[in-house]
Amino acid sequence: MSIPLDWNPALRVLVFLACLGPFVLLVNGVVSNSLGPDPAEHLMHITGEWVMRFMVLVLLATPLARHGWPRLARYRRMLGLYVWFYATVHLLVFAQVFIGWSGDQLVRELVDRPYVLVGFLAWLILVPLGITSVQTIRKRMGRYWRQLHKLTYVVAVLGWLHLFWLSRSDVGNAVLYGVIFGLLLLYRIRPIAKRVSFKLRS
Amino acid sequence: MSRISRTWRSYPRIDSSEITPESVWLNRRNLMKTAAVAAGITAAGETVAQPKVLKDLNFSSAVANTPFKAGEDLTPYEAATTYNNFYEFGTDKSDPARYADAMTTDPWEIKVGGLVNKPGKLYLEDIVNGFDLEERIYRFRCVEAWSMVVPWIGFPLSKLLERFEPTSEGKFIEFKTLYRRSEMRGTRSFTSIIDWPYREGLRLDEAMHPLTLMTVGLYGKTLPNQSGAPLRLIVPWKYGFKNIKSIVEINVTDRQPKTSWQDLAPQEYGFYANVNPEVSHPRWSQAYERRLPSSLFNPNRVKTQMFNGYGEQVAGMYKGMDLANYY
Repeated sequence: MSIPLDWNPALRVLVFLACLGPFVLLVNGVVSNSLGPDPAEHLMHITGEWVMRFMVLVLLATPLARHGWPRLARYRRMLGLYVWFYATVHLLVFAQVFIGWSGDQLVRELVDRPYVLVGFLAWLILVPLGITSVQTIRKRMGRYWRQLHKLTYVVAVLGWLHLFWLSRSDVGNAVLYGVIFGLLLLYRIRPIAKRVSFKLRS
Repeated sequence: MSRISRTWRSYPRIDSSEITPESVWLNRRNLMKTAAVAAGITAAGETVAQPKVLKDLNFSSAVANTPFKAGEDLTPYEAATTYNNFYEFGTDKSDPARYADAMTTDPWEIKVGGLVNKPGKLYLEDIVNGFDLEERIYRFRCVEAWSMVVPWIGFPLSKLLERFEPTSEGKFIEFKTLYRRSEMRGTRSFTSIIDWPYREGLRLDEAMHPLTLMTVGLYGKTLPNQSGAPLRLIVPWKYGFKNIKSIVEINVTDRQPKTSWQDLAPQEYGFYANVNPEVSHPRWSQAYERRLPSSLFNPNRVKTQMFNGYGEQVAGMYKGMDLANYY
């Protein structure tokens, strides 16, 4: 792992702040009470949506890095941590507004509602992925790190399932993310990735 | 035509150099009306063309300490009219307030038919002027686990049905919402899986129940479009989706009618849809509700009551039925 010399720390800070933007807007909305009469629903919806968006960016980083934007690989960890961050905010809002921090209620939700279970599982998987993002841990793990972080694909599938299960009468959003995730996961299957890179080079 | 020109002549002059603020522009109709009255002209022929101009209604106030007047604080008008489900205009709660003004509500006609002795039509004028209007302050509980308290204005559905004389074979009532693609952007969505028009239904005894309200207004004025103008149903002991909006057809049937949500996901939405904290929904726990307006640090979570608190009045209709089965 060599750090490219042209890596620009200012740009990195800028990207970090941009990713934090949606959260700042939500905090501002909560503080100024401008999220409408039912902020709970709004917060759940928006934070969930950002989890999906960052997931798309994470999955995009590798193929783009391979095909002409190598510096993007440097942002993969940050984007991944933002997936975890927004998923955690999503879960905290759920705990606060939907189950009132009750353990019994959480168990009932997990048992009664498969989409909650699937979403919760996805968050649980993100925990070790987040923790092992610390550089020293990562180095100590060696090749196991790579294997562990393949779980990102499982998180993507679970996250999509969570969204799909929540669709009521309009499946537009679920279809959109289904197609994007589907293509980006297909790319991970080695023979397909090879064919893509061959075409791009020729 | 002379009537119109006289109206215009007596219309108060606004200096042409002045830019007319929207509030004044919206008030123009009222100014015209005032001017017309001053000139000795009745405003009887006037129609409500701008859906945003809501008319004041004459009604008798809800009587305290009756089931017709919930004791809780009212949900602010702003919240009640900007946070709605009306999927014909989009699936986001703010879509109806944003887009429902595209719907033409004047003229409006409602076809009443099926198993009745006198099938016929009702027009906009009939529903606002043809019935004694009453105020009803009801709890409103959405299946999505939020709730409001709203002062509706309307008349008992039984009064409407009596005019058309349901026959003895009539056992159910079927309702349909307007379906007009050109004015309803939600119905034009390629990924929507609802089979329009939106349909709902009630058992005849539920329809004839004194709590069941044909609603023409809220907060003393006619319904804004996003709330289901010009005529909607309010059945306070059932989940919100039973309260079908912008009704254009009412049929008396001998079979339980198909309803939109039940059609779409029968394991989630039943025909009865009575508010019931015991019966969990695959998406939302029904044990609690957020009484709106709610906030992040004061979510205002309250326990949901059986039949939304109207059990004393309605439980008798479901005696002997397993409500876990007939949800």
